[in-house]
Amino acid sequence: MPEPTNEPPMPAPENARGPVSQPSRIHAVPVRHPGRWIATVFLLASGLVFVKSLTTNPRYKWGVVGDYLFSKPILDGVRLTLLLTVVAQALGIAIGVLLAVMRLSSNPVLSRGAWGFLWFFRGTPLLVQLIFWYNVSALYPTVSIGIPFGPTFVRGNANAIVTPFAVAILGLALNEGAYMAEIVRGGVVGVDRGQAEAAKALGMTHMKTLRRIVLPQAMKLIVPPTGNQTILMLKTTSLVSVVALADLLYSAQAIYARNFQTMPLLVVVSLWYLSITSVLTVGQHYLEKYFSKGSANAGETGLGVRLWRNLTTFRATPEAGKREAGTANV
Amino acid sequence: MSERQEVAEFAVKAESVCKSYGNVEVLRGIDLVAMPGSVTCLVGPSGSGKTTFLRCMNHLEKINSGRLYVHGELVGYREKNQRLYEMKDRAVCKQRTEIGMVFQSFNLFQHMTALENIVEAPQRVLGRPKAETTALARELLARVGLSAKEASYPRQLSGGQQQRVAIARSLAMKPNLMLFDEPTSALDPELVGEVLEVMLDLANSGMTMVVVTHEMGFARQVADTVVFMDGGVVVESGSPSQVLDNPQHERTQAFLSKVL
Repeated sequence: MPEPTNEPPMPAPENARGPVSQPSRIHAVPVRHPGRWIATVFLLASGLVFVKSLTTNPRYKWGVVGDYLFSKPILDGVRLTLLLTVVAQALGIAIGVLLAVMRLSSNPVLSRGAWGFLWFFRGTPLLVQLIFWYNVSALYPTVSIGIPFGPTFVRGNANAIVTPFAVAILGLALNEGAYMAEIVRGGVVGVDRGQAEAAKALGMTHMKTLRRIVLPQAMKLIVPPTGNQTILMLKTTSLVSVVALADLLYSAQAIYARNFQTMPLLVVVSLWYLSITSVLTVGQHYLEKYFSKGSANAGETGLGVRLWRNLTTFRATPEAGKREAGTANV
Repeated sequence: MSERQEVAEFAVKAESVCKSYGNVEVLRGIDLVAMPGSVTCLVGPSGSGKTTFLRCMNHLEKINSGRLYVHGELVGYREKNQRLYEMKDRAVCKQRTEIGMVFQSFNLFQHMTALENIVEAPQRVLGRPKAETTALARELLARVGLSAKEASYPRQLSGGQQQRVAIARSLAMKPNLMLFDEPTSALDPELVGEVLEVMLDLANSGMTMVVVTHEMGFARQVADTVVFMDGGVVVESGSPSQVLDNPQHERTQAFLSKVL
């Protein structure tokens, strides 16, 4: 039995004024969480040790980090990394939606074709695919557009068409499309069947039902994993250094190959990746909020507020309980 | 063509309709007629095929044999030179625009407000202008007593309110036949009344209705015809007083003794 000596005494006057039948308000001792305090002390101590080493270990060479953080080759690398991420992810989403619609189609040719695409691109490593596309001109030296087994309209040298940038986009987007297809399909399947049925009963065609009723609701399920994929894509673009494309990592590698400042430049690279993912995370939060229209957690409080509350809630106060009840209801 | 004229006087005409899923026969030769402006209640134990039969009427389910006509038109098929041709998606959709359906689980579009739910199909399917559909939607919301809720999302409404919006949504297409699939079965008991009231009002306005229901009181009060189904066949049908008060068939008697 905990001794309630620390607790404030019950407000007797208020109690006395209340109606006789009404029981007095409960002022119970909250459950203690000693584990939280132990964990806090441990993590704070470890954090302090790490921060101390960051600031006092001269081998981090923060001066070098500062010199290169906004240098031209690094900024060019950041620009290319961002471009690759945006273009490859956008193409990946488009391919994914197309493949998902194909897989859900009642046409067996389309659904099996989409399955075959998925099987191949999910079944081989991206790195292998990138190198494969890079060397594709060894297999097909010339590329031509025309009617199969018929006349040819345009003919070109594969090496001229398949530039390193094209290889990177091709590899990243096709691979991403395979993963996005499953995410989109999962979202579509996750929407209650009754929704599509009601739309059908109102006379909406298959495509209109998909576009107006099913996909908007599937978005709620599609956005969180897509945000994940975009962040993954940002980091996966670093693989394109194998096809000699000067992205963020490749640019840094080129610099430390000359001046041997490996660690400071990797810190520069990490700082850039970290800051971009942070921006993407915030963007994802607002996107999720937009697509949760009409759903139970639509009125959720802001990211910062929730984060702060999680950090500061060490014991359940009546106020916290009230706030939660308020947010759960709409 | 003479057959077509003959069936045109009925809102619904079913001739030995059969439906099976694989080896499971759900409907085993249903014959039924419903006159325009009439209310037909389908009653019977669960698994008797009532809901499946209702879903056949707007081609949410395909029938395997027999003929099913709504307002003189074959549902989901065209008949030419004694042969049936499956209709294209678009043609089936056109047929459905004239048949309203209300579901047991409401199925309101969760990402749209009550008003948006109602204007969606008239705007996107029939291509009616926004001003016209909005005015119509407000009028229908007032009719089901939910004018104050037009900006609410389905999740913010009670079951009874959702079902009333769902009825308004179907009516916005100006259908000439309304199908109700156990519209009150998913509701808390105290919310059943408000939905039945809207349906009663609709019946009194002359709407042709086919209602799958377990509400015997409603059937007795509103129905012109009560159809008792069991095991995929119509066991008996007639006026409410005939079927509910004076059932001839043993199975009807057994069922009614349990639910009344």
